[in-house]
This record gives sequence, structure tokens and C-alpha cells, in this order.
Amino acid sequence: MSELAEFRSEVSAWLSENRPAEPDFLLPETFMEVGTDSQFHYLRDWQQQVYEAGYLGMSWPREYGGGGKPQALQDIVTAEMARLNTPFMMNTIGLNWAGPLILSRGSEDEKQRYIQAILSASEIWCQGFSEPDHGSDLGSVQTRAVRDGDDYIVNGSKIWTSLGQHAKHMILLARTDPDASNKYAGLSFFLAPMESPGIEVQPIRKLTGEFGFNQTFFNDARIPATCRMGAEGEGWQVAMSTLTFERGVSGGQAGGTSMIAMKVADVVELARRAKRHGKPAIEDPWVRDQLVRFLSEEQGDRLATARAKHPALVVDRPGALALSGKLRHTEHRRRLCQFAIALQGANGARYMGDAQAIEGGKWQRSYFNAFSATIGGGTSQVQANIIGERVLGLPKH
Amino acid sequence: MSAELKNTMSFSEEQSMLLDTAVEFCKAASPIAEVRDLVLTDSGVRADVWQQIVDLGWTGVAVPEDFGGSDLGLAAVVPLAESMGRHLFGGPFVATQLATQTLVAGANAEQQAHWLPKIVAGSAATIAFAENDGSWDLQAISTTLTAGVLSGSKTLVLDAQIAELIAISVRVDGQVAIALLPSAAIPTTQISRDVVLDETRRSYSVVLDGVRVEPDQLITGAAAAAALQATEQAAWLLHAADACGGIHATIDLVVEYLNTRTQFGRKIGSYQALKHPTVDMLMGLERARSHVYHAASLLSAQDDAEVALRMAKAESDDAYNFAADRAIQFHGGFGFTYECDAQLYLRRALWLQYQFGDSPYHWAALQPLLLGN
Repeated sequence: MSELAEFRSEVSAWLSENRPAEPDFLLPETFMEVGTDSQFHYLRDWQQQVYEAGYLGMSWPREYGGGGKPQALQDIVTAEMARLNTPFMMNTIGLNWAGPLILSRGSEDEKQRYIQAILSASEIWCQGFSEPDHGSDLGSVQTRAVRDGDDYIVNGSKIWTSLGQHAKHMILLARTDPDASNKYAGLSFFLAPMESPGIEVQPIRKLTGEFGFNQTFFNDARIPATCRMGAEGEGWQVAMSTLTFERGVSGGQAGGTSMIAMKVADVVELARRAKRHGKPAIEDPWVRDQLVRFLSEEQGDRLATARAKHPALVVDRPGALALSGKLRHTEHRRRLCQFAIALQGANGARYMGDAQAIEGGKWQRSYFNAFSATIGGGTSQVQANIIGERVLGLPKH
Repeated sequence: MSAELKNTMSFSEEQSMLLDTAVEFCKAASPIAEVRDLVLTDSGVRADVWQQIVDLGWTGVAVPEDFGGSDLGLAAVVPLAESMGRHLFGGPFVATQLATQTLVAGANAEQQAHWLPKIVAGSAATIAFAENDGSWDLQAISTTLTAGVLSGSKTLVLDAQIAELIAISVRVDGQVAIALLPSAAIPTTQISRDVVLDETRRSYSVVLDGVRVEPDQLITGAAAAAALQATEQAAWLLHAADACGGIHATIDLVVEYLNTRTQFGRKIGSYQALKHPTVDMLMGLERARSHVYHAASLLSAQDDAEVALRMAKAESDDAYNFAADRAIQFHGGFGFTYECDAQLYLRRALWLQYQFGDSPYHWAALQPLLLGN
């Protein structure tokens, strides 16, 4: 057995042995849906356990708490977590956005200060980019940060601040110069402490009926100037580099799954159990047709990852695969969840709390929640603009 | 339920070199004006371009070394077919590759020694499997061979006029066989051109009544079944590769127009109603292309490739037809004209769709393979 194969079986054994018992509540599917304290503690404990076993941040530098090992090992762990459907790594903003950012352009002090606590989940991070009135148009951020001695005074509000009620830090994009030559030039980027006076986190009820995301208000909130990352006015560039971590362009993420994987095979199994119009859904010609198309789409995405490793096969439209990952995956999941309800026939109308709801109504909830990913982090429509403009060279205006 | 699908993706140094060469060669050899000129010709191919293809060794890429080929296998033909599709090549390359697969998979040593070196040297060849009922089931054969004489007819036979070899599926005493017939054995009066959507293609109907076949010209039994399967799978793969090249070119055409044409004071590519579907075209291309190169990788590794091949064919047909359909629409009034190049791609997309099973046919065939009966 090769070294990697050996490692894979070691990981697989560890995960199977140590995965936490199924809780008596419905778990969230991503970090954006953590709505109750019991969900939070369950997931935080699990991330800590994984980190302590050496299976998270494996390729991050050892001196800051990482494993100092090849990325290939972390990839194996992540793949095994997905395969075994273990709970996801909850500190997503820290692991996938803030952490890679601090490692790539943070100071030595910042690396020492933040990295290990991100991995161990002892310090939770949230994201403060989007605003209620501007959504995906990050260039229009209105939250103001005004320099006052050694501090900035922040006023405004941020939306989508998932985990905000538990977070120790926020990656914050705020406007420091409203008179800058263009809207992008007036922004600055902060690693803002959430304990600062004047910051208030207010839970928002989602379309699922549950809580799990927040609006964060800044009322003369005072944050130290030392927590600014990059120069004043460089916030846009810094924020864009975190989005490339998110979109998986440059890698550097800590690893681990960040959501409950949903495979088409799960929906195939649902179609075997559920009935549609009095018969097993799997026998319905429309269901069968849709399922094979979903399987092919999912397979195409897996193959994209495999193909991206052959430079000769991606030279034509550089960036086409890497920049489209978010759009492809999130839209696939949304449509798959939508379909998973449709195949239930009349019972598709039931929801969580109904005794007759198929599998507790989890597919209905999944469909609603799927919009968080097609909207958050740049809507699918914004993603399509980015791909159209950057990859295809279509005109902006 | 079948086992989890593999994600094998191999791409050899040879394939990579072939792809580089093909991209350059096809671009130079087949500018769009040339494609339009060839539409007006009988053969649909320029003799000097065909000779260059032969000189490049492409006719021998999938032929074993013993017969003068380079024995790189069908996977190495994929970058060639893709590049040709990108530049709307007509000519007998695809048909010859399919006949090559028939020979490699099913013919005996003497038959191979007779035909394969000729193919490597530039003789065109083709297959005659389809019949008038329009079935894609290659077992649905009503042409018979009785006492050495054929009865029946074949249709949608590519390049029959210039092919030296026509591989014909027949039934002998009810059993499937393949006749390796020199085209000279068929009276020219029995070969008539089909009128098909894709004007870069040359397709014919062939009446076989009364044509003699010698016993040593036959592939029979298990070899015939293997030859049919190999040829069919090659057809799925090469047509899908052709489609990927075509989608690529279609996107180039659309992007150029969207960056040029101005309406209501703006470049039309700035309108999301046009921009986003163009991104959908790209997504369709990327997905189809991953499926195609994966299917080729499985064939190289001699793995079971049926699921991968059917997915590749269905995805590429759907993606090409979407792209070419939108390409017409996005060219507006110009798109409605024969002069607009978008129609060339739409016609090729439609042609490919109906070769060896359209996408609904393959989606349906995938159901039992992926979901059980």
C-alpha cells in the first residue's frame, strides 16, 4: 500500500471511531445555519477534536499551529470527511477566509495571534462584507470607519454575519475615505474584535423559519487601528483576495468540509424510499430522467477537478473552471434540493414539524437553505458577471 | 445501483503534443471562408489538406505499429477530432477513424494487413451501419447476406463516394456480421447523396442489392459483435469531441459579436440577458469536455467506459445545441441570414446530435446503468 493510501485508511479509521454520536436535534448543513447553542457546541467540540488529532490545517505552517505537512494529506482528510459525511468544520470564515489571508499577508504578530485559535475553534470568526442595502455589490459598502487617535470609530451595519453571536473577530470591510477617487479606493479592511463596545449582533429569522444568521450593528464602535490589514484605502484588494480563497482559486484553505455534503446518490436513495403518486418515486420516468442528468452534472464537477490538474486541458479559457466553482456547486445543490422535494409528490408540501413529512422535512429545509449559498458570497448572477467578464472578456458596460 | 463512478483523468505527453499540433494545424487549414467554399464542392475536402493530415500521421494514430500506425489508441484521436470540430472540418477523417476501429477490434490478421496500411497511407474508409428505419440500435439490421449476395440498403453513410472501404453491418443466417467491402464493388448508380443539415458533411444512401461479398471479406461471430461495440463507442467519443471543439468556436463567435455590436448605446455583451447565457455556454463546454477526456482516459485504461461515453455524448450534444441555438439568437437579424457563421455551427450541432443516439436516447440508456431497472 502506498503511503497516501495508508494515510487514507488511518484517517478513515480515526473518523469512523471518533465521529460524534448523532445528536437528538437536526444538525445545520453549513456554518450559516447554526441557530442554537446546542448546535454550536456540538460542532465546535468536533472541530477542536479534529484539530487536536492533527487533521486540520495540516498544510499550514507548524510555527503558527498548523501541521507543516503536504497539502495532499489534508486533501485526503477532507475527502474522507466528505465521504463519511462527518459533521463539518464550523469555523468556516476563519479556516477558509481569514486564516489564509493572515497567512498570506498578515504580520508575524497576527499569525502568532490568530492562526492556532482559528484551527482549534477557540476563537470563532465572522464576515462583515455585505450590507443590507448593497448585497453583492461590495464596492458600495457604506459602513464608515473614522480614524480617531489609535482607534477607528465604526458606524453602520453588516448583514449575513453568520456565527456573529459567537464570534471573537470579524473580517470587516468599511469605508475610511468617502471622498476617494472611486468607490473602491475608499475602503479599508480590518480584523475587528467583536467585543468592542458599540457592536451589537441581532439574530435574523431565515426563510426556513429558523434563526442562524444575523445583522451586526456598529454604533460608534471603537476598534484599534492596529487591527487594520493593509494600508488605508487598500481594503478592496484585501477583500478580493479573501474572495479568491473562497472561490478556491489559490488554495490555502485550512481543509476539512465546510458543509454537509449532499450527493445525488442521497437523492437516489430518497427516491427509492419516497413515494410519488402512489408508487416508489424511483419508478417514475420523470424522476429517473432527472436523476441521471443530476448524476452526470455532479460527475462533471468531479471531473473538472481532475481535469484542472492537466495544464494542457485548461489552457483555452484559463480560470474557467476555478472561477466557476461556486456558481456550479451552489446552483447544482439548489436545484437538487428543489428536485428532492418534487419527487415526493403530494408529500412535498409538508414541512418540518409535520409527522408525515418525509425525513422530518429536511429536504424542504435544505432547499430553503440552499439559497444562502447561491446568494451569499456574491450571488450567482454576480458570479456569472465575473465569469463573463474575466474569463470570456465580455464588456462590463 | 452501480458502483461509484471513477474520476480517472489521464492526458499523456503524446496527447498533449497532438493537441498542440492539431490546434495550430486546424486553425490554419480550415479558415471559415474555406469551410464555406468546401460546402460547394462534391467531396467536401481539399486533397492537399487531406494529404497533410496523412503526412502528420493522424490516419495512423489509432492503428497498431505492425500496420504502420503509431498505436496511440482512440484516446489520442480525441484532441484531433476536437480541433477539427472547432474549425468545422468536413472530409473523411471521422468516418475513417470509425472504420479503423471496426478493423482493429474485429478484423482478422489478413483483413487488417490488407486495409490498415492503406488507411495509414491515406485511403479513406467508412462504415455503413444505419438503415432507413432510423434506429440507433446497431443490432437492428435488416440487410442480409445470402449465398454471398447482399440484399438491403444502408443510409447516412459518410463519405461513401471517396471511401475505398465500406464496412457494412449485415445479417448472415440471422447472425450479425460485418462485410469489409471495397467500394468499387458497389455500382456508382447505387450510391446517392443524402441532403443533410450539415453542409460540410457528405452523407450517402447505398443500395446493396445484388452486391457480392467474398467469405474472406467477412467479420463474423464474437469478432463482429466486438467490432460493432468498439465502433459505436468510438463514434460516441469522437462526435462528442467534435462537439466540444464546436462549442468552443461558437463561444468565440458569440463573444466577438457581443463585444462588437452596439445597441441602445451599449455593447450588447454588457446586457446580462446575453452575458449570462453565454456563461452557460461556457459551463456546458467545460462540463462536456471533462466528460469527453474522462471517457477517453477510461478507454485508454481499458476500463468499462459505457457510462462515461454516454454522458459525454449526451452532455456535449445538449451543450452544443444550446450554444449554437443561442448564437443565432444573439446575432439578431444577422443571425437569421445564411451569411452569418452561426448557422454553420448550429447545423453541425444538429448533425452530431443525431449521430449514434441523441441526448434523450443516451439519458434514457443511462437510467438502468445508474439506477437499476
